[in-house]
Amino acid sequence: MEFSYLTAILFLPIVGVIVLALLPKAELKTVRVVSLIFALASFALSLALFSLFDRSAGAVGQIQFEEKFSWISAINAYYHLGVDGLSLPLVILMTFLGVLAVLVSWKVELKPRQYFIWLLVLETSILGVFCSLDLILFFLFWELELIPMFFLISIWGSGRKEYAANKYLIYTLVGSAMMLAGILSVYFSTSSLNMMEMGGLIIARPFIPITAMFFLLLAGFAIKLPVFPLHTWLPDAHTNAPTAASVILAGSLLKMGGYGMIRLCVSMFPQVAAQYAPLMVILAVIGILYGAAVTLRQKDLKRLIAYSSVSHMGYVLLGIFALSQISLTGAALQMFSHGIITGLLFAMVGLVYDKTHERNLDKLGGLARQMPVIVVVFTIAGLASLGLPGTSGFAAEFITFVGSFSSSIVDHIQLYTVLGVLGIVLTAGYILWMLQRTFYGPPQDKYNGVPDADTVDKICIFSFVAAIMLIGLYPAILTDIIKLGIEPIVRLIGS
Amino acid sequence: MPYQIPWLIFLLPVCSLLIIAFILRPFFNNRPKLGGYVTIAAISTACALSLWVLATVIAAPGHKLDIPDFQWLVIGNLNVHFGLLIDSLTAVMLVVVTIVSLMVQIYSQGYMDGDSGYHRYFAFMSLFTACMLGLIMADNLVLMFLFWEGVGLGSYLLIGFWFHRPSAANAAKKAFIVTRLGDVGFLVAILLLFAQTGTFDTEELHALAIAGTLGGTVLTWVAIGIFSGAAGKSAQFPLHVWLPDAMEGPTPVSALIHAATMVAAGVFLVARFHPLFEHSEVALTTVAIIGGFTAIFAASMGLVMTDIKRVLAYSTISQLGYMMLGLGTGGVAIGIFHLFNHAFFKALLFLGAGSVNHGTGTFDMRQMGGLRKAMPWTYATFLIGSLSLAGIWPLSGFWSKDEIVASALDKPILFYIAMLTVFMTAFYMFRAIFLTFEGEYKGGAPAEHGSHGPNNSYGPHESSKVMVIPLVILSVLSVFSGWLNVTGAFSSFMGHGGEVEAHGFIQGFFGVLSHPVPLISLAVAALGVFLAYAMYSARWISAEVMGRIFKPMYVLFSRKYWMDELYENVIVKKVLINGVFAVLGLFDEKAIDGAINGVANGTVAAGRELRRLQTGQLQFYAMFIVLGLVAITVCYYIFA
Repeated sequence: MEFSYLTAILFLPIVGVIVLALLPKAELKTVRVVSLIFALASFALSLALFSLFDRSAGAVGQIQFEEKFSWISAINAYYHLGVDGLSLPLVILMTFLGVLAVLVSWKVELKPRQYFIWLLVLETSILGVFCSLDLILFFLFWELELIPMFFLISIWGSGRKEYAANKYLIYTLVGSAMMLAGILSVYFSTSSLNMMEMGGLIIARPFIPITAMFFLLLAGFAIKLPVFPLHTWLPDAHTNAPTAASVILAGSLLKMGGYGMIRLCVSMFPQVAAQYAPLMVILAVIGILYGAAVTLRQKDLKRLIAYSSVSHMGYVLLGIFALSQISLTGAALQMFSHGIITGLLFAMVGLVYDKTHERNLDKLGGLARQMPVIVVVFTIAGLASLGLPGTSGFAAEFITFVGSFSSSIVDHIQLYTVLGVLGIVLTAGYILWMLQRTFYGPPQDKYNGVPDADTVDKICIFSFVAAIMLIGLYPAILTDIIKLGIEPIVRLIGS
Repeated sequence: MPYQIPWLIFLLPVCSLLIIAFILRPFFNNRPKLGGYVTIAAISTACALSLWVLATVIAAPGHKLDIPDFQWLVIGNLNVHFGLLIDSLTAVMLVVVTIVSLMVQIYSQGYMDGDSGYHRYFAFMSLFTACMLGLIMADNLVLMFLFWEGVGLGSYLLIGFWFHRPSAANAAKKAFIVTRLGDVGFLVAILLLFAQTGTFDTEELHALAIAGTLGGTVLTWVAIGIFSGAAGKSAQFPLHVWLPDAMEGPTPVSALIHAATMVAAGVFLVARFHPLFEHSEVALTTVAIIGGFTAIFAASMGLVMTDIKRVLAYSTISQLGYMMLGLGTGGVAIGIFHLFNHAFFKALLFLGAGSVNHGTGTFDMRQMGGLRKAMPWTYATFLIGSLSLAGIWPLSGFWSKDEIVASALDKPILFYIAMLTVFMTAFYMFRAIFLTFEGEYKGGAPAEHGSHGPNNSYGPHESSKVMVIPLVILSVLSVFSGWLNVTGAFSSFMGHGGEVEAHGFIQGFFGVLSHPVPLISLAVAALGVFLAYAMYSARWISAEVMGRIFKPMYVLFSRKYWMDELYENVIVKKVLINGVFAVLGLFDEKAIDGAINGVANGTVAAGRELRRLQTGQLQFYAMFIVLGLVAITVCYYIFA
């Protein structure tokens, strides 16, 4: 029997949780080393997956590393895992961020055992969303993610952490409830829960109108992504979450929304998606420009980065609903790229805050001399975020723009794309303004003697930089995989 | 010539960047000189190779080399190859960029001596040069855009090099954002080209434009988009505002930016895509008009500046306007020939200004004067640069400026604008010379802005050899570079062979003075020099009285037409940040988040009210049961 890669990747963090729970003495050192080992093991296996993945032309639309066992036979539910070109990059992204999240949390001293347990549970649940091919399993992991995130924010967060945690939980649950209704109606219409059989399925006797099914499913994903005007949970949750949770939240968790939209909404209802694409594209452009405009008004370093996600995820939405092969590939790449860039930005904000205990941009300033390493990495992250060529941000945004502009599905898409392109000026505005406010200008005496990044910090942030540059210089390393997953979906839209 | 050579020209400065960043800075931080040596070694090799490439291109049939390319990205019909396009335009630009960059690097060793960011400086310089070299060699729009933005990054890092000064940080940010505004147009043009033609390849696009497949409104929009990118980088009106501020960077950086890298990028881009412009009358006219207007507009501000670097900065904008005018009316050869000559004398002038700053500790011309004796080399080379810039025969600036003015002849308004600009240019350059080098020394000043570590206690002094030698080399080039086209050789190399009448060198060299246009423009320039002499050296006319007579204009020019105020205070601060964005921010907080919280609060409130119904009294529940039964009965009888 073949080695079950996906099950191993998925549950290694859970094994880590069990080990942590059974540790007789929960010393900080042991706890974080154990967590790191299991996160690393999961990451290493996902890299193995990456190298074993079949990239030949015959692999278009093929599910690879599939595992399928009957689970609840009464409702046709299966324990069904598998990855294709769309989900594999997201699995790698999550395991990568999983390792870095442990490193970012190296100095957490409050209840470390419990903290790392929640972190590892979070990793498993997000991985489950990307690996599941059965709707019930998918939903299970989707909901499971809420629990660790709720505790991470409400216990290890800062500021209005209880408010943020509650808001996050309730907001997401509203979306989940609609999504569950959508999943059930799909099930009652088709008697199937197999996500891979759904693509372009002609539903003879829909349980409810298929447009309603489309929007019920979309609601859950739109909140997660988030789509304007459903975004206000995001700045609160990001700002008040502990650094590692922000890294995973922005880096990986938001991508569940984009992934779900492509995998379920667009694949299952391509005609409905095409019909409502203009609406979604308009919302995307509003998100891009509005998100950037509001970002420019932020005074809190962390909240600024949080709001920038609203703008950047607008590009994902634009790419998805421009519905062309290039634009969808661009959107998938933008999800990965935003994951590492914003993950790094949050890690950097965390570092600056740890050293200076200040996040207010009016009070920061002149730190470049006191933090020579941090300023370099923060600048690289910022430049990647504003889409500078040579970083993954440019590759992803450029492909998205090219694909959207030349798409023939949506009317006036050229105009919307041009409006979206204007976003890059605003992005440059807030990123450069933020860098100037934090690092430039005369050094302040009160920050004399603040430490720069230490070895653990450096390993962590340099890994991010390496990933950003690698994908920026050679995006084909991911797009050659992504397009295998996108091509069958585009065929459905065309038919 | 092996095809790897052009790639090597690009990779050499990249290597020097990597060596400094990963080896010298971490392990040899106490030996800063190494960074300079590595950079100079890389760029001088690149310079030698560029000359080789130029020689090969001159000899090659069709003045073009074939370089194999490689595949970078394929998604559906999006197929991006990376390769190099080496033709006469590229070869000339390679030589210009590497020579100027080499001179600037050598000079920097003296100018930046003792600066704590020495390694960082040379690393950024390598990056900047590498991106510019990549830009001029790229064979397709995607690669070009990549380096285009890279050049923008280099300028951002170098203008903000002394980041602890708020003015430098502001200037860097301004340069990046203003040029990015232009880049939006460029990017949209790229998207439009791809949607229309499915290709990014420069030569394929040329062929499509020449064949007429790509034409009409689309072509016009594409050309305008490309020009908007070029206008950002080349500081054309209305995107010129970043360039005067950009001198917050170290002076050698200004020399590089103003001569060969950043601002040359825009002119190069228009030249590179000139076949597209040629097939759109509207686009070509736009380029000519914006160029001509920028030329006189910037020159007018140059008249009244008191900071020597600002005078030079406005002169750069004005000269870039000239180049655009030349591209719009004459063609690639004329515009690029001026770029070629301008690169040498403008680099010379900026380095000269840096040398003056080194000697006096200030850039304010009102605090200089009489430096001719103390700094003879700087004076002599600065004078040559100024004469060349003013377009005095037979220096290089004369030859290219003459071609531009002549090509504007059939557009009378642009011709008069060009003539007036000739006058203003001669005036402000000699105003600078007289204020700086003649008269009495006015004491210099303690370092206030942009100045760099001078030791002022010994009075003004000549700079070290390492700074003077580049000045001398550049001044030689400023004299002779224009002679390359005396016989029409440069133009025919750039592909204008048919239009240029070939003649002997001596005949061309002196014969040009028998034509009316060059004579008029020489006379106009001489008039400008004379007026400057009369006002600032002989003082027959008082500058103060003139200032009072032309007060409204003086205020208008010295306040830079209030464009900085308009952009920064009115549009960015008042209208956007504190206007529209503030409203949106409030909307986000109150309306959107307010609505969400409102729903939540409403639910809680409704629950609180409904809870009162759950009293626990059986009689109360029984009453509702009875009421319900009655209601059902009534409904039954009414509807059944």
